[in-house]
Amino acid sequence: MIPAPFDYVRVASVDEAVAALSANDDAKLLAGGHSLLPAMRLRVARPSTLIDIGRIDGLSAIREDRDEAVIGALARHHDVANDPLLQSHCPIVAFAAAQIGDPQVRHVGTIGGSVAHGDPAGDMPAVLLALGATFVATGANGLTRRIEADAFFTGLFETALAPTEVLTEIRVPKSIGGWSFLKFNRRAQDWALVGVSAVRADGGVRVALTNMGLTPLRSLAVEEALAAGEDLAAAAARADENTAPPDDAFASPDYRRALVKVLTKRALEEAMA
Amino acid sequence: MLVYYLREHLGLTGTNIGCDTSSCGACTVHLDGESVKSCTMLAVQADGRAVTTIEGMARDGELHPLQAAFHRNHGLQCGYCTPGMIMAAASYLIENPDPTEEEVRGSLEGNLCRCTGYHNIVASILDAARGSA
Repeated sequence: MIPAPFDYVRVASVDEAVAALSANDDAKLLAGGHSLLPAMRLRVARPSTLIDIGRIDGLSAIREDRDEAVIGALARHHDVANDPLLQSHCPIVAFAAAQIGDPQVRHVGTIGGSVAHGDPAGDMPAVLLALGATFVATGANGLTRRIEADAFFTGLFETALAPTEVLTEIRVPKSIGGWSFLKFNRRAQDWALVGVSAVRADGGVRVALTNMGLTPLRSLAVEEALAAGEDLAAAAARADENTAPPDDAFASPDYRRALVKVLTKRALEEAMA
Repeated sequence: MLVYYLREHLGLTGTNIGCDTSSCGACTVHLDGESVKSCTMLAVQADGRAVTTIEGMARDGELHPLQAAFHRNHGLQCGYCTPGMIMAAASYLIENPDPTEEEVRGSLEGNLCRCTGYHNIVASILDAARGSA
């Protein structure tokens, strides 16, 4: 349970982090480290260099910007869960953050780290997908770009972030309609066997699924069924379309397919109430 | 990792290593007053910050109120999880000084007692919160 050898540098700015990423092959950014360090201890991850961005000033603030709430990438789950702006304006984010891991994990783990890790079983990626969040990244020469949530999660533990880009902000709508975040697990602290996030916005509903494929997934079938006027039960019955749920020690794909329909129906009922 | 630094370099062996995978909470310490799992943090991440272990809880020969409450309520069986339980509870009681029993149970989500002695652990924390120490 000892990581493979690695170099360590602490950086004081995003530009320094980008430069360090450019200068080191196979380097990884270290924020809270609660996804990366366990993977390193199991030697599933063997970065050459850890670039510690945990002390970059200003990257953990949560603020308003017109019709968006802007969450700094280094905001900890604890901060997100307890932030008054998010609690009142975008409560699904605060609610979901309060259910990640356990109190100790939430005191260290960050929203940016959780998102950049791209784990399909993570809680926050699917919530942000359902919200239609925007991810802001900074790369070489200080260039920033915005990546829509629908284009962000590209594969298992893979995102649209370039190897030399740093995720700096997560932007979510400041005002949302009805919502629901449901996750099902058997023991406290476990990853979700399946999770469902639903958010009403712009006259429709966006639904995203946790742990039903290689990435967090939009459930377009459910959204289309609702848009076509089908009732909630009929829409929820389509929740497993275009999914590829994993087969692991905790649940079979068939179990997850059945579970996602049940959870989606409950989530839609809650979001539409 | 911070826990190895505490135990092997500083000789502070009150902090235990249980699962070593950030699940069990035996290694819980405070970083700037908040509970964290020291098996999942590089020692260098704590550089320049305040780390409190179970050894730092008693003051002037007096047990911390949580330690006294665990003693009074027999809040342990084998005792292995106890330092982590006390550190997790101390951090939680700062956030929520007057919790319900259900809230206390929820706050221990990240701490496992392999003896399943949760009943008296929860009773100890409620006792300490009521300030009867």
